[in-house]
Amino acid sequence: MEFDTIAAISTPMGEGAIAIVRLSGEKAIPIADRIFKGVGGKQLKEVPSHTIHYGHIIDPANGQTIEEVMVSVMKAPKTFTREDVVEINCHGGLMSVNRVLQLVLTNGARLAEPGEFTKRAFLNGRIDLSQAEAVIDLIRAKTDRAMHVALSQMEGRLSKMIRHLRQTILETLAHVEVNIDYPEYDDVEEMTHQLLREKATYVREQIERLLQTAQQGKILREGLATAIIGRPNVGKSSLLNNLVHENKAIVTDIPGTTRDVIEEYVNVRGVPLKLIDTAGIRETEDIVERIGVERSKQMVKAADLILLVLNYNEPLTEEDEQLFAAVEGKEVIVIVNKTDLPQKIEMERVRELAAGRPVITTSLLEEKGIDELEEAIARLFFTGGVEAGDLTYVSNSRHIALLHQAKQAIEEAITGIEAGVPIDIVQIDLTRSWELLGEIIGDTVHESLIDQLFSQFCLGK
Amino acid sequence: MEYHGGTYDVIVVGAGHAGCEAGLAAARIGAKTLMITLNLDMVAFMPCNPSIGGPAKGIVVREIDALGGEMAKNIDKTYIQMRMLNTGKGPAVRALRAQADKFLYQHEMKKTLENEENLTLLQGKVERLIVEDGVCKGVITHTGAHYYAKAVVITTGTFLRGEIIIGDIKYSSGPNNQQPSIKLSEHLEELGFELVRFKTGTPPRVNSRSIDYSKTEIQPGDEVPRAFSYETTEYITDQLPCWLTYTTEATHRMIDENLHLSPMYSGMIKGTGPRYCPSIEDKIVRFHDKPRHQIFLEPEGRNTEEVYVQGLSTSLPEHIQRQILATIPGLERAQLMRAGYAIEYDAVVPTQLWPTLETKIVKHLYTAGQINGTSGYEEAAGQGLIAGINAARKALGKEELILSRSDAYIGVLIDDLVTKGTNEPYRLLTSRAEYRLLLRHDNADLRLTDIGYKIGLISDARYEKFLAKKAAIEKEKKRLQTFIIKPTPQVQEVIRKAGGSELKDGIRAADLLRRPEMTYEHIQLLAPAEEDIPADVIEQVEIQIKYEGYIEKSLQQVERLKKMENKKIPEDIDYDAITGLATEARQKLKQVRPLSIAQASRISGVNPADISILLVYLEQGRIARVSNE
Repeated sequence: MEFDTIAAISTPMGEGAIAIVRLSGEKAIPIADRIFKGVGGKQLKEVPSHTIHYGHIIDPANGQTIEEVMVSVMKAPKTFTREDVVEINCHGGLMSVNRVLQLVLTNGARLAEPGEFTKRAFLNGRIDLSQAEAVIDLIRAKTDRAMHVALSQMEGRLSKMIRHLRQTILETLAHVEVNIDYPEYDDVEEMTHQLLREKATYVREQIERLLQTAQQGKILREGLATAIIGRPNVGKSSLLNNLVHENKAIVTDIPGTTRDVIEEYVNVRGVPLKLIDTAGIRETEDIVERIGVERSKQMVKAADLILLVLNYNEPLTEEDEQLFAAVEGKEVIVIVNKTDLPQKIEMERVRELAAGRPVITTSLLEEKGIDELEEAIARLFFTGGVEAGDLTYVSNSRHIALLHQAKQAIEEAITGIEAGVPIDIVQIDLTRSWELLGEIIGDTVHESLIDQLFSQFCLGK
Repeated sequence: MEYHGGTYDVIVVGAGHAGCEAGLAAARIGAKTLMITLNLDMVAFMPCNPSIGGPAKGIVVREIDALGGEMAKNIDKTYIQMRMLNTGKGPAVRALRAQADKFLYQHEMKKTLENEENLTLLQGKVERLIVEDGVCKGVITHTGAHYYAKAVVITTGTFLRGEIIIGDIKYSSGPNNQQPSIKLSEHLEELGFELVRFKTGTPPRVNSRSIDYSKTEIQPGDEVPRAFSYETTEYITDQLPCWLTYTTEATHRMIDENLHLSPMYSGMIKGTGPRYCPSIEDKIVRFHDKPRHQIFLEPEGRNTEEVYVQGLSTSLPEHIQRQILATIPGLERAQLMRAGYAIEYDAVVPTQLWPTLETKIVKHLYTAGQINGTSGYEEAAGQGLIAGINAARKALGKEELILSRSDAYIGVLIDDLVTKGTNEPYRLLTSRAEYRLLLRHDNADLRLTDIGYKIGLISDARYEKFLAKKAAIEKEKKRLQTFIIKPTPQVQEVIRKAGGSELKDGIRAADLLRRPEMTYEHIQLLAPAEEDIPADVIEQVEIQIKYEGYIEKSLQQVERLKKMENKKIPEDIDYDAITGLATEARQKLKQVRPLSIAQASRISGVNPADISILLVYLEQGRIARVSNE
């Protein structure tokens, strides 16, 4: 509820021509200045309000250029939120926009809650009374969803690790506190700088590890696992090539653990897809079909999304029916390919088997129907149809930002320890890091320190 | 026989540590004040530990002094030993603690009360309040006297339906076998107050002449003269030591074998006891693998041989207590003078109070001290002071005082109580204060003298001295921030001796002082001041410069807190009319009725989403009001 500086991607998710990262709050301009390098070294804090500036986003940590951008600066109060607002217009896809957002977050902004820009506009008197109810609904609805996401993440590995880290910090804090509140109790070992440094260093290492694994979030790192399945010669290979050639491949050549599984990454309208077993598809289509339904079933298991390809030019076979059975309960898009040839397939039966899931007709040869297919993929992803593992894109950005802040706090604690600052003062940074980690799992109750104090130590003077 | 006893501005019921501060503050502000207590011989009595101060608590005593209260001055006149604790740690957690001559402490306080203009001290038992239309108008005593006042403060400690328990014996009693207060408790329930049952305890006392001190370790007071009050100039030099001994295996065996006789485990005690001050049986049960526990032997005064056995709080039967004492080195032949006991009592659920300590149920009625669920003389005195100030200000038609969490430990204490409530007798701990680097022992005057002066509890003379100190601090800080120390051989020598690395270039004195190994003393050698600078000014200059970065960080947090505190919630807000609030949040908000968004956000069960909705609702109301006008 503090009016700190918030940031979010404010254009719709997906592959637009331009994506905008918007910042709002007292520090919007200084934060942007930290990562923006304008032509001729122009500082955003010096430019007039409501102007736009060309330049680059640079990671101040390593000087790396992230993105070519146009940055608009709008100073309070004549802005949407009545606060200072900066909008960074990015040209790349989801990946680069996301990197810009990450940079903004690690440089002092907080990820905006859903509807928060609107809420601020309201609280700062920008929006009138009639819209207030809508704002309330927004807060409640979005928060409930956020809660739901938070709950499902509770079981995740991340929250387990964070709990462990917090407990480590908490025990250390309780130890420090006991030394302060019960100075004469000799049966509690005095917390020393060295001991504290060991604990703090351990916590920092663990946070770094977490940051590495969570760096881009599961989806952005691994993509939405996508399997293309179908009988031989239905056009799996053409589909694959179309997807890969039509869209920029983000990463290629990441060998899997098994000898013959190769994954390819493509970005379909902002949705990163990890195509499973592309080598298998290419090999088998080109040479001899060695892979049966069994192999398809294995691929299905590993996939978040399945593209099931059928042949428009052939009647449905027993094998096709078996494939439908194999994808039961999965997110599926059915592709009926080869509309350039005469229809021999029974579309009514296909729709029946698809059971409400999207059915797209294509002619990959003539490059027809590909737009519709991409549309269907994007829709599925952004309307929440696909459950993308345990870390979603948005909440993950929040986690990453919090982890960075927690790491910074613990680093400040270590600096303090090394400078010989008294432990009860170093403890301020330690507590901060504990609280930040708590925000990730939605638990910042201060009382738990006092509980820890009394359960860990025998006290009484 | 019913009769009219008199009319006052403020009536204070009780004359313990809360009552004394409340009565004195009210009278000194200018309210005609009546104090009624069960037993005039028990004014400011210490039924438990004969000591005042310690971590967090000692800072409260300093705060009381800075606001113009009495506790600091009274202990400065009557201590038998004074120690500064945590001197090896940072400045934020240093704390003073005194062992009191508990009898002298009482006598001094009683004398102060007796000599106070505007204050009438009376022995009597208050059994009912006079309440009309939800406003408290006075009190009725057991003798039928009706006393009228514009505001009433209740500070009845552990007397409300008090019951003492030793082994399988249980009887109705206040602390130390005084009369309990039963009717007042029932009356509060009649008025609609929710009460909760708490328990606390005290250890046995033994005769000093029967202790073999050669088997214990001496714990002397500090040689440096120390004082709680900023106004104290005379120090007691003749101090008495305390003594340290330990429980033994035999002690633990004795307790283990007799656990079934403890009312704690037989189910006789139902009240919730404090975790921070466990009984010895509790310690043995919960921390079974600990081979020994510390026992401090503390004299109760100069004119008595009675010694308080700190660390041995128990409600085991008297004969077991004797056997336990005999297992402790030094106490083998100790003569038991008073047995330890547990006491159960009623407390008012403190979320029924406003942050001014006025009750929400009955207007112009205040409660303070142990009746609000706290424990400790200092916690009681801090609340008493605030309740007394506010009762008097209410009576005189002035705006009431609320201390913020960033102003004082007293602010933390009251906010915790009225916002979160408490499940056990509440004790202040430094870990409860999120801005503890700002709430230090040394700067209580800088934080609170202004407030005390505005209220009328600080004299002009004292205030002028305070302003002079403030000016001197700023002047010296400024000097050090501009004075450049050059890397002369003499300078390098001083730095080398202190264990630091030599200067490459000139450096500002303030920057050099920030180095961990440097103290003001070093700086004084390298950048001597032209005039003599008093020690308390040096202390401030050193702390403020050395920890500037951390202090700055805390101040930024406070800045954020203040923004939220400035978002006031009107008292008449209808939480049922706000759509979108979660059910639990709605219930809690209706119960606590927070005065600001900051307070609302600290209520457990009220989530950020609910706070957002509350903010939106408040803004809506503001807009509606503006457009109506």
